[in-house]
Amino acid sequence: MDNIRNFSIIAHIDHGKSTLADRMIQYTGVVDDRNFQNQILDNMDIERERGITIKSQAISLPYRAKDGRIYTLNLIDTPGHVDFTYEVSRSLASCEGVLLLIDAAQGVQAQTLANLYLAMEHDLAIIPVINKIDLPSADVERVIEQIDSELGLDPDTHLKCSAKEGIGIEEILEAIVERIPPPTGDTEAPLAALIFDAKYDAFRGTVITCRIFAGTVKAGDTIRLMYNNATHRVEEVGRFILTREKRERLAAGEVGYIIAGVKTVSDVRTGDTITLDSRPCAKPLPGFKEVKPVVFASIYPIASDDYEDLAVSLEKFKLNDASFIYEKDSSAALGQGFRCGFLGLLHLDIVQERLEREYDLSIILSVPSVRYRFTLRDGTIVYVDNPTHYPEPMSIIKSEEPYIRASMMLPERYLGAVMKLCMEKRGVNSILNYPNPGRAELIYEMPLAEVIFDFYDRFKSVTQGYGSFDYDLIDFRESTLALLDILVNGEKVDALSQIVHRERARARGLQACERLKEEIPRQMFKIAIQGAIGGEIISRSTISAFRKDVIAKCYGGDISRKRKLLEKQKKGKKRMKMIGNVSIPQSAFLAVLKSDTE
Amino acid sequence: MTDHPEAGNPPGIYIHIPFCVQKCGYCGFFSVTDRGLIPDFLTALRSEAFSYREQWNRFDTLYIGGGTPSVLTADDIGCVLDIVRSAFTITPDAEITVEVNPGDIHAAYLRGLRVAGVNRLNIGCQSLDDETLAFLGRRHTARQSGDAVRLAREAGFENIGIDLIYGIPGQSISRWRETLGNALSLAPDHLSCYQLTIEEGTPFAERRRKGEVILPGDAIQADFFLMTSRMLEESGYDHYEVSNFARLSETQSRHNKKYWNHTPYLGLGPAAHSFDGSRRWWNTRSVDAYIGELAAERLPVAASERLTPDQLQMEALFLGFRTKRGVNLEDFKRRFDCDLVQEKGKLLERLREEGLVEIWGGFLRPTRAGMAVADSLALI
Repeated sequence: MDNIRNFSIIAHIDHGKSTLADRMIQYTGVVDDRNFQNQILDNMDIERERGITIKSQAISLPYRAKDGRIYTLNLIDTPGHVDFTYEVSRSLASCEGVLLLIDAAQGVQAQTLANLYLAMEHDLAIIPVINKIDLPSADVERVIEQIDSELGLDPDTHLKCSAKEGIGIEEILEAIVERIPPPTGDTEAPLAALIFDAKYDAFRGTVITCRIFAGTVKAGDTIRLMYNNATHRVEEVGRFILTREKRERLAAGEVGYIIAGVKTVSDVRTGDTITLDSRPCAKPLPGFKEVKPVVFASIYPIASDDYEDLAVSLEKFKLNDASFIYEKDSSAALGQGFRCGFLGLLHLDIVQERLEREYDLSIILSVPSVRYRFTLRDGTIVYVDNPTHYPEPMSIIKSEEPYIRASMMLPERYLGAVMKLCMEKRGVNSILNYPNPGRAELIYEMPLAEVIFDFYDRFKSVTQGYGSFDYDLIDFRESTLALLDILVNGEKVDALSQIVHRERARARGLQACERLKEEIPRQMFKIAIQGAIGGEIISRSTISAFRKDVIAKCYGGDISRKRKLLEKQKKGKKRMKMIGNVSIPQSAFLAVLKSDTE
Repeated sequence: MTDHPEAGNPPGIYIHIPFCVQKCGYCGFFSVTDRGLIPDFLTALRSEAFSYREQWNRFDTLYIGGGTPSVLTADDIGCVLDIVRSAFTITPDAEITVEVNPGDIHAAYLRGLRVAGVNRLNIGCQSLDDETLAFLGRRHTARQSGDAVRLAREAGFENIGIDLIYGIPGQSISRWRETLGNALSLAPDHLSCYQLTIEEGTPFAERRRKGEVILPGDAIQADFFLMTSRMLEESGYDHYEVSNFARLSETQSRHNKKYWNHTPYLGLGPAAHSFDGSRRWWNTRSVDAYIGELAAERLPVAASERLTPDQLQMEALFLGFRTKRGVNLEDFKRRFDCDLVQEKGKLLERLREEGLVEIWGGFLRPTRAGMAVADSLALI
């Protein structure tokens, strides 16, 4: 166990986390240069393109240190977005230390700080690493000063590197060995393994990634998942060295995988504890919580013929994304589809993109919603996450919406702007702290619906990227709600309906009409867009018709060229949804939620 | 109404004369300026025409376009007609058109064309105002345009068409109205009014990228289009196709109508397109290659495509909506097994309310405003 180090790299976005990981992988010789592909750990296309890590990953790097001994360095990669904070916390719970990576030119940024706090919560050893020292704009002295003043860390502990140029990598590996403590844990005790990721493999079923805190596990053991007491027979255990490498057993302190005939990733929960059925541990490892979707939206195929394909694709998709849930749904305007639950808007975005890209589907997403709670006259309580199921207004005696506690860290100079934004978003009960000079911690209680409604983008914009934001769901609170419908040329489009706070209804209605006006292309006739509550029209906008599109010349016999142009247009049109006589593009459905950028 | 479609009608023949004195900045049609190639071109044309003798026989229209056919001498045009007549049967009442540049023609030239058998002239005036002509880079003047029409009349041409271009950057609607008035005073039998479009690969396309040429937006284009239609129809010209107006039904371009109703046509010369009812093919866009291939006894075909029923259907729609008489509903149903009224009833009703289409005498036809959005109508 003394030869094991479990660590993560944490950083603000674009500070070079993936590049450093790549360089360490190369340095330790796990992959030869010929087979090297940038951002090895981000193996979904979408991760590589967006430069973000969506799922957690682990890789074991064999490293011969200067002391002559061979160490196993387990690098645990973490997702980097507020929708996935829980996954990050489970990954960090599996580590003893972190590399806190800071861009030499940009210095300490919002996520640097947010990540540092997460690491501190887990009592991890922290090694500050200044990256990109080769840049002409690098200001290493300033960053060292920030490590002291803004992060409150010992500035002498910093390392310097350029991951891009491969400078300083060995020093980092040595520091991991020297400064991050080896894991502790009793190999003789009952098995306690923390699940921090699960992936679906078409041949082997679910591959569980975990950190063993106590005991050992090997093929043939019967394991028990503590949250639901399900038991499975272990087929194989091992480590990840880019690909899976089978091992006889995994013991306390190690990070690796377990294959145990678990059918889908939904059968396991991130943060759950695995123990042995024959000799269970007394209690699960701390920190487990069931992740529940908080944002809901319906997915419809653009062409109704694609419904079956969509059903099959969602089923496949679900195999690898336990936090995504769905059930059948139907819309008067859009036909048969599915109601889906997501961890947040980014998660929703990612699901949409992956369905389109990996499953080649053209889909429409309805306007996202949170889950509301209504108490009806007859005493029943109903939860509604779909505006289509909004109860008959006369039957409602109490309506409630979910509230969150939002924690924000930001430089003091943005405090006024952020407080204004939070108030606009119906924030209450604020608490203000100053953990470091110049830096403020602001806590607000806010309706979740306001947060999914473009809060995050605006927060980033008013803090110019220096603010970090995290939230926890707290409870349901009473609220006056209303159902805002959108009519396109007099026809109600249920997939554009939203449940809104009564006082905000008019503003939201106006905003929706304006956004739709921007998103829906002009057509051969005028399109009227109206927002309505009950039967009352509260807002409207008009998209004027275009009046000329025909090309003057169409002869010389070259009809084919002209036809090809039209065929292309027709294909584009097929990617829009016909509602009544109006073609509505995909983008319109999400745009309704976004306000004008200021 | 004449019969439609003219599927039983004889096909038309098009001959592309790929020569110009100079290239115009807006023109996307294929041509070269090396007139030394003309003799070899005529030889190649003969070979090409004769190689189609087996499949194609009788034609009732012949259209000599370009390029600039009038860079050829009247004798050369006569030679082209001889080639066609010796290879195929041209019906006695055939419409035989030559496109000419106003600056190229004089009385003797026109007499020569008459003698050769040309009975329809299409004069590429493009504008009747010198400023616009300069912008377009034309080598003739407004005065020459007017003179050309008068000379053609004097030479005995009874079917004269003139081409005009409008919607030019900076052109006001009143300036265009004035040009139209001048055109009407020449009393042409046919008018083609093309709204300027910018073709990829032309010098204008480059100027647009640089921001030097900016076309008016769709609302202004529509105003120009509708004004043109109204003014010419009020003066007795039938707006029978998006860009075409005829004084009498007999002076509509019989040849061009074949393109618009899927009548077969044979195209000869470089870059010419042909259509036999289900297959379309086109020749190489190189005079040298055209001459070379035919010298080697090969057809100079660059590519071809067999049209799927879906493609034919789309063409029938977009071509139909370009014409005033529209889409023949019975015929459409028979050809494509698609009852437009039944399948698109709700949308068509809406478009009718909007004043874009109407159903009249078994045809689904665009109104004047509908013709302006014919491309979108085709995508219903």
